[in-house]
Amino acid sequence: MAKYIGKRLVYMLLSLWMIVTATFFFMRIAPGNPFASEKKLPPEIEANLNAHFGLDKPWYAQYWEYLVRIVNWDFGPSFKYKSQTVNDLINDGFPVSFLLGMEAIFIAIAVGVLLGIIAALKHNRWPDYTAMIVAVLGISVPSFIMASFLQYFLAIKMGIFPVARWESFMHSVLPAIALASTPMAFIARLTRSSMLEVLANDYIKTAKSKGLSSGVITVKHTIRNALLPVVTYMGPLTAGILTGSFVIERIFGIPGLGAHFVTSINNRDYTVIMGVTVFYSILLLVSILLVDIAYGIIDPRIKLAGGKKGE
Amino acid sequence: MNKRLSIFFSMLLVLSMFLAACSGGGDNADGGDKGGDDGGKSDVPQELRVNINTEPPSLNPGLAQDSTSGTVLRNVLEGLTRISPEGKPENAMAEDIKVSEDGKTYTFTIRDAKWSNGDPVIAKDFEYAWKWALDPANNSTYAYQLYYLEGAEAFNTGKGEKDAVGVKAVDEKTLEVKLVNPTPYFEELTAFYTYLPVNSKIAEANPEWATDAGENFTTNGPFHLAEWAHSDKIVLEKSETYWDAETVKLDSIEMIMINDPNTELSMFDNGELDWAGAPTGALPTDAMQALKDEGRLVTQPIAGIYNYKFNTTVEPFNNVNIRKAFAHAINRQELIDNILQGEQLPAMAIVPPSMFEENEKGYFSDNDVEKAKEYLQKGLEELGLKDASELPAVTLSYNTSEAHQKIAQAIQDMWKQNLGVEVTLDNSEWNVYLDKLDQMDYQVARLGWLGDFNDAINFLEMYRDADGGNNNTGWESKEFQDLLAKSATETDPEARQQLLKDAEAIFMEDMPVAPIYFYTNNWVQAENLKDVAVSGLGDVQYKWAHFE
Repeated sequence: MAKYIGKRLVYMLLSLWMIVTATFFFMRIAPGNPFASEKKLPPEIEANLNAHFGLDKPWYAQYWEYLVRIVNWDFGPSFKYKSQTVNDLINDGFPVSFLLGMEAIFIAIAVGVLLGIIAALKHNRWPDYTAMIVAVLGISVPSFIMASFLQYFLAIKMGIFPVARWESFMHSVLPAIALASTPMAFIARLTRSSMLEVLANDYIKTAKSKGLSSGVITVKHTIRNALLPVVTYMGPLTAGILTGSFVIERIFGIPGLGAHFVTSINNRDYTVIMGVTVFYSILLLVSILLVDIAYGIIDPRIKLAGGKKGE
Repeated sequence: MNKRLSIFFSMLLVLSMFLAACSGGGDNADGGDKGGDDGGKSDVPQELRVNINTEPPSLNPGLAQDSTSGTVLRNVLEGLTRISPEGKPENAMAEDIKVSEDGKTYTFTIRDAKWSNGDPVIAKDFEYAWKWALDPANNSTYAYQLYYLEGAEAFNTGKGEKDAVGVKAVDEKTLEVKLVNPTPYFEELTAFYTYLPVNSKIAEANPEWATDAGENFTTNGPFHLAEWAHSDKIVLEKSETYWDAETVKLDSIEMIMINDPNTELSMFDNGELDWAGAPTGALPTDAMQALKDEGRLVTQPIAGIYNYKFNTTVEPFNNVNIRKAFAHAINRQELIDNILQGEQLPAMAIVPPSMFEENEKGYFSDNDVEKAKEYLQKGLEELGLKDASELPAVTLSYNTSEAHQKIAQAIQDMWKQNLGVEVTLDNSEWNVYLDKLDQMDYQVARLGWLGDFNDAINFLEMYRDADGGNNNTGWESKEFQDLLAKSATETDPEARQQLLKDAEAIFMEDMPVAPIYFYTNNWVQAENLKDVAVSGLGDVQYKWAHFE
């Protein structure tokens, strides 16, 4: 196990280095610069700025400086937001994105699993159809449409929740639901099909014939086994929700990290692009590793060491 | 497995409780919401809630260069002058202003005023702030706004000395400013944010004074910076040390940062905002007509223009008649009625009507297809071509945005209908687009321009030199240059205005740019909110604002 993790860590560092390098060079070949604006700067001022941010140095010097910075976990100043460093942006924004993401994951799993179970137990009856209609809607309606819909009905028409912002628990409900809708639908379908599969197994029939109540059969024998695929889906789900929330963050005016992910590219805010990319890369690499380790713990049939099992 | 599942769910439960606990301490949103709506009595809470779209990139006046930062700064700091609700500069930190006969030396007497920490506002605070912005070591992007001062450009570009810059605190109360040229709009400039003072005592001791709210962020304006939650909100509170605190009625202003026009309007409709739309936010275009029909939309013209620039160095736009043909063949009113829907003004001149009144009519008539065809014919003959189909391929460039795209498509259609010219559209991302313009890698390209101060020179001087950073057309005219040069030394305001008008006439005769429309600001506001001052440049001040 330790050997496996050690090996994976080395691969992670290698991947990270490749991501950093690719981002650095793609960014440099992209046309445009961070100081471009409709009102052009006098050339002397622009030269001054380039010198200040080290953009006048040759690429290898900039590249090396950047690598050193990453190792020291200091991403430097933001070109655009002069009152904050990139580390500030990440430290302020990530906890917010994280809380929102966790809430969304919680909703997605709780509601998704429940819907899936109901659908499977009432197979081919109205609760099944209702749950699957909800699931199809959840998968096919994009989250930003869902967001506007929730804002209109639950906030403006019914006045239950505030329209936007990040002030209290009530403010977090609508964005979390909007963010959760697609994975929730996916989990519902996943649970339903694996529940149906498990329900068709002989050991369930045996349990039934032994006279166990359906409640006991469902909880003890079915759900437990049916949830395995859902757990497998947790890794990509976490990654997807943490990095994919920028549309929702924008619509609900949430001061998370997602917004910087997008706007920094439009601004050619090099340090922010790099900082956020490195940060998210590490996050994703770690979450992939954790899921792989979790596989082995949950399902003993999957062996970590020995067999060739990279990502 | 059972045990593991139960651990997992209890962890989720703890997480959700943590979520509720860590955010539950905030203010009661419901209570605040109702306050703004049930107004009508004298005890209405004087708490304004507006949207400023994004995090202000910098609240150091020497580093600020955008309208969001400008909005905050204009309400927390006060310059030598302030633009009155009527749009004229009035004395603010300056109690008295004396101008020398040649119009080049200004002597400001600073009034008795205090910073929010009790320090007196002194002349040195201005000298320090201006020289700080000009110091090349401080990388101020907007330093060139101070180039009107003697020696400023030389110091900023590393060719001169700090001491040679024409601003000096003679004593605590007297500030002497020497200008390169007589600048009739200089008093107005001193209200602009690059000219705002900073508390020199604080700034010298702590260079990071402007990065957060707190005791270092001292202000001398109507409000002080009570809270700055980055990327989330800014809270301003009435400043008790402000010299004119009696005039200020608002107790607090909450400036939130929502970057989605639909959300902004929804929040307004839901009573969570007192103002939605320009100048600090935006309204969704789709909602404009409905808001207008309901009589809720407020429209105000501002000094800004939307242009199509021609690259005069390439065929066929090196021919003036072809340029004129393209400019005449646009139906501006139709664009405004059907696409923009914000009551913009069709532009047939380059300087906004707020500066040259007669420009409401402009130099030619909108959608003059007959004239356009004549010009086209003339142009084709000069180029030795038989008809429009022989013109070199024409490409119209714009940057990614739904509105730019719709306008470009409509104009493409108009040119096809009216001139029989096929035009290809070329869309690029903003930064890439600016790069293209810079390299003159285009034929026709859109660009907007907003005035920084209320003077026609704002809209003319960028076309002075073909290689000037904002020209992008390759156009240059000796006559035009001479008129601008004369206007710089002319001390009589009327004669100066005429020189600028003449320069504009030359420009319009050569038509390196097809003006499309003059911008307007559109917004909705709470019915009981009064006296928010939005200037003709689109700046907003809350000094006089109040709820009835």
